[in-house]
Amino acid sequence: MGKGLGVGGKVSEGAVDTPAIETRNLRKVYGETVAVDDLTLQVERGEVFGFLGPNGAGKTTTVKMLLGLVYPTGGQAQVLGHRPGDPAVMGRIGFLPEHFRFPPWLTAWGFLDFHARLYHMPAEERKRRIPELLDRVGLGDRASTRLGEFSKGMMQRIGLAQALLNRPDVVFLDEPTSGLDPLGRREVRDLIRELRAEGVTVFLNSHFLSEVEVTCDRVAILKGGRVVRAGTLEDLTAGVLEVEIRATGLTPDLVAGLSRWGRVVSQDGARLTLALEDEDVLPAIAECLVQGGAHLYALTPRPPSLEELFVRIMQEEAAP
Amino acid sequence: MNVLTIAEATFREAQRRRLLWIGAALGLAFLALFGVGYSLMYREALSDGASFLVEMLSGLLIVGLYVVNFLGIMVAVVLSVDTLSGEVASGTIHTVVTKPLRRWEVVVGKWLGLGAMLALFVGLMSAGVMAVSWAVARYVPPHPVEGVALMFLSGLVVLTLSLLGGARLSTMANGLVVLMLYGLAFIAGWIEQFGAYVRNEAAVNTGIVVSLLVPSEAMWKRAAYLMQPAFLRELGATPFTSASAPSQAMVFYTFLYIAAALAAAAYLFQRRDL
Repeated sequence: MGKGLGVGGKVSEGAVDTPAIETRNLRKVYGETVAVDDLTLQVERGEVFGFLGPNGAGKTTTVKMLLGLVYPTGGQAQVLGHRPGDPAVMGRIGFLPEHFRFPPWLTAWGFLDFHARLYHMPAEERKRRIPELLDRVGLGDRASTRLGEFSKGMMQRIGLAQALLNRPDVVFLDEPTSGLDPLGRREVRDLIRELRAEGVTVFLNSHFLSEVEVTCDRVAILKGGRVVRAGTLEDLTAGVLEVEIRATGLTPDLVAGLSRWGRVVSQDGARLTLALEDEDVLPAIAECLVQGGAHLYALTPRPPSLEELFVRIMQEEAAP
Repeated sequence: MNVLTIAEATFREAQRRRLLWIGAALGLAFLALFGVGYSLMYREALSDGASFLVEMLSGLLIVGLYVVNFLGIMVAVVLSVDTLSGEVASGTIHTVVTKPLRRWEVVVGKWLGLGAMLALFVGLMSAGVMAVSWAVARYVPPHPVEGVALMFLSGLVVLTLSLLGGARLSTMANGLVVLMLYGLAFIAGWIEQFGAYVRNEAAVNTGIVVSLLVPSEAMWKRAAYLMQPAFLRELGATPFTSASAPSQAMVFYTFLYIAAALAAAAYLFQRRDL
């Protein structure tokens, strides 16, 4: 997606000691449905923060509360030290909504021009900034095409350009790669990396785990309106180690004995997966198996991928 | 600043969606038809010896303006019924209200943009009808500017109500509510007129109460009252004119009514989860 545009240095504006985003016991109830329940989180400036969760977990509602689109039922939220939706702070924020349909009668240029004017951008700057952004999202030759003729992927790109118009300090991206082909997804990933290099804080809603895994500094996993895990990827995967054991002669007694060290995740004949907390117990496991009469072919520890972790957390949370 | 940006975008939207062109084309067709009918009737009346000529010209002109007023109200509904509700439903509002502005600026900006279009429509169409009358018979009604301004006010009542509905209701529900309210005001106007004619106080009061709820028809009635020759006003209940014309106080009330409805729209839209 072209060159970086030098947003760096903008973070110094305002009170730098406040986090980019902070929520405390944030809650949103629609009628009987609790969309977000007791959400407390903090996103530091310059961080790329992944907000993960299955559909209906409350991701979009949370972003909408952080942007002042939706009013919380309880709790507090601050963005760059201000109340969400405060015009004083909205000029430093960019937002790509998840479900949107931009006015089909506008051209790509007209659409960006309208939004740039809402950011109070002077005419000369708009003239410079708009082509720059169209190039950056790969729509340089589409300035005068009506949005009605855009494909879903092109709409996503023009939406991204719109979110970056004001060189924001904080960008909220709600499912930015939905509707994009694999190439487009990679471009968005590269764009997020560029934003990070420029010091922009990115709040990324996604259920594409691979996307979060490669771009985010920290993640929070949301389920049923609550954060069930939060931290860096290393934090989340720490204390969770899977070891694959390949051995013949695994008697039920032996397998039962393994639960001393960890949980048997699965067993398929000579292949057994054990979840451990610590790799220090690996030699003891090997010893136990050999002494118990099993023939050990392989004992392979591997950290789980975010996807495995995610699926496991969802299962754990489903069974209290 | 924000208000003007939104107003301009709203106006441009109608332009880009070719609403202005369609309106202009159909408006011209209406004026052409009116012109043909008006000149035919005029010639007929002249050949009959021109008795009641002014009555006839005035009556015909008021009928033409009545149609313009009605079309203006329909235009007001069509322009505004989907404005807020449709943009909430499609999500186009999300990137707008997350800009450094306040939501009331969006509501007021839309109102200004749509109001300007309505003014353009009512102004040009009324001017067209009067121009036809002038060209054919050298007849212009009394108080033309005040009358057209009142007709615009009549549409603006409906437009503001529809914006208010759109701040909370879905497009369909809003359209239904606004048209029903307009229908109510319309019927109430007739009840009041009939009541005045037969001197039934209850009917007059019913009409007045409903007019206070939806003062659109009252503004038309005052416009029609002002735009007919003085001696005809005394005669009373011709179908499109008015025996019991609303007072200047009613006009003042309507200004307040529109301001209150606009403020309510801004408030509801501000409080709403989007």
